[in-house]
Amino acid sequence: MTERTKSVRLTPCPDGPILVRGADEVVDEDGVAHPVTRAVVALCRCDMSQRMPWCDGTHRAAARARINREAKQ
Amino acid sequence: MRVPMPRGPISTAVAEVLRGAVRDLPALDLPDPEDASGVLEDDDVQLALWMLHQLHYDDFDGGAAALEWDPALIALRRGLEDLLLADLRERTADVVEAARAEDGGPGLAERLFTMVDSFDGAGTSTLLQREATAEQFAEHLVHRSIYNLRETDPQVFAMPRLPGRAQVAMAELVYDEYGAGRPDRRHSLLFAEAMEACGLDPTPGAYVDVLPATTLVIVNVMHLFALRRDLVAASVGHYGAFEATSSAPSQRASNGAERLGLDQRVRDYFDEHVEADAVHEQLVFRDVCEAVVEADPDQEELVLLGAASCLVVEDAAAAPVVEAWQADRSSLLAPAAQEAS
Ligand code: FES
Ligand SMILES: [Fe+2]
Ligand SMILES: [Fe+2]
Repeated sequence: MTERTKSVRLTPCPDGPILVRGADEVVDEDGVAHPVTRAVVALCRCDMSQRMPWCDGTHRAAARARINREAKQ
Repeated sequence: MRVPMPRGPISTAVAEVLRGAVRDLPALDLPDPEDASGVLEDDDVQLALWMLHQLHYDDFDGGAAALEWDPALIALRRGLEDLLLADLRERTADVVEAARAEDGGPGLAERLFTMVDSFDGAGTSTLLQREATAEQFAEHLVHRSIYNLRETDPQVFAMPRLPGRAQVAMAELVYDEYGAGRPDRRHSLLFAEAMEACGLDPTPGAYVDVLPATTLVIVNVMHLFALRRDLVAASVGHYGAFEATSSAPSQRASNGAERLGLDQRVRDYFDEHVEADAVHEQLVFRDVCEAVVEADPDQEELVLLGAASCLVVEDAAAAPVVEAWQADRSSLLAPAAQEAS
């Protein structure tokens, strides 16, 4: 089956998620399988997402907090 | 598509040609591009520009398809676009300046994310989450319909002009926007269904007469950047900032829809964008924008201009909506008396 021969590619984004290409599903820590429905998915690496295992952009809250702190100084 | 109600001499002249009432544009006095401030809020200019760009998608009732490439209309469009571009350059100067490269400093994608994260703009999403009424939520959909019923169509005009590596990432992203292989999951269709669920008309252009200049400019700026080859780098910068300001506001809008007990189809549209745009922001900033600048370093200035323009335009669009809602007014224009036809 051609599907079996395709490779999965991982691309880490600095301070952000890992982009995953070529996967059919992602199995989380509890063994729950999450089907992949788009060509590229972003896996959360910061543990702050409300939609684990997917990144929901929350990792940028840390960057925003730092920028606000610097702006106040 | 129905010809909108004009809002001044320029849009009147354009409307007359589009409906086939006259063949030729009259001589028009355009403002001097040296003094373009306020063009973003100019109803006459923004409506005229909106109509001229629509010719690439659709005929207007009474008008001919050949008008799409009518030289006089193209010339006027170019003049109006130059005004908009001049206004944008002025309003984004500080934001662009702050994002310029420094020796040994962060790379382009990092600076773009910082630009977005440090931009302090008005947003409607906090209001949608916490206190908007169902009527105000519907108004929000009416404003966003100017783009969301044709989601990604404007940016696709830019694709053939991009370097190869940027096209790969654009194709991944656009595949998602057009449903990832499932016709029923196209984002423009999800939005149309959300509108229908709120009792709204999902025909593109149905509400143009009640949308202020500051809403029309959202798509005018997309077409300005995507349709002009010399501005293609601004188009991808804009696209990145647009996607990078979507996940969190979409989550808040989804929460608001839940709070109001709106139809599941409304939440579905916004939920899809929380997840999809967390991917898309990475694709555009890292793969598309960086590839464009790698192919030609001189394009970096335009990428920054595009991203900053998105932030400034979205802020200009949101400010009057927030102001109207806080004063318990509608943020839409009073429906003009429909033309007798
Ligand atoms: S990495 Fe994006 S939310 Fe965790
Ligand atoms: Fe989308
Ligand atoms: Fe998107």
